[in-house]
Amino acid sequence: MKKMFVVVASLLILAAFFGVMAMTLTFGSPMVTDMDDYFLRHGQEQTGSNNQCTAVVFDFRAFDTLGESTVLFCGIMGAALMFRKMQGGEEYEDE
Amino acid sequence: MSRIVRTAADLLYPVILIFGLYIVAHGHLTPGGGFQGGAVIATGGALVIVAYSYKEISGWLKKNVLLGREVIGLVGFIGVGLLALAFGQVFFFNYLAGSGSLFGMPVPYGINAGELNTAGVIPLMNFAVGIEVWGGLTIVILYMLSGLEKEGC
Repeated sequence: MKKMFVVVASLLILAAFFGVMAMTLTFGSPMVTDMDDYFLRHGQEQTGSNNQCTAVVFDFRAFDTLGESTVLFCGIMGAALMFRKMQGGEEYEDE
Repeated sequence: MSRIVRTAADLLYPVILIFGLYIVAHGHLTPGGGFQGGAVIATGGALVIVAYSYKEISGWLKKNVLLGREVIGLVGFIGVGLLALAFGQVFFFNYLAGSGSLFGMPVPYGINAGELNTAGVIPLMNFAVGIEVWGGLTIVILYMLSGLEKEGC
């Protein structure tokens, strides 16, 4: 019972902390805007792309996209490995 | 599936393909890009796979071709990035933007409707990722369907 009380109290304190943090920030005006301003001002002339989302994803953050494609590739390799025996015609070992 | 579904799939498949290619090709101008356009194209493949049975479809939708498409997409993406080293730049540098060659038209700054022949390597990477997602998402559905056929469900 005492343990439960401690857990609930700490959760409440944590929630209050994050709630106050969230309340003090106003939506649409972040505290640090240096990087956003840089992307919006120089993105078009540096990449030539009108779509700033694509400019960030495929140029400024291209390594992130490389990781994304690798994750997709590995996931599909896993699926191919999982269904490998079903298409080969061989029997399962545990059947 | 019934004849109605098959006819609808036959009619819709090229339309879905063209729409997905449009999303991929206009990735640097409009919302969308390689991942989204590839997913749209894979939806067309899924429609055809669902409308027909696996035996009918395995003749022209081959697994090796789709797997090769996926590999070509990833290798092409990395290759476009690595090609920047040949131009004396760093990995993933946008060496084609504003150079006047392929996708290298100087872009008009400010708010404008956009030109398709801009943005340098971004459209090439979009195409590579689109091809990869196209092959990858289709082959997952095909693998699962072939597993079902084997199990006799």
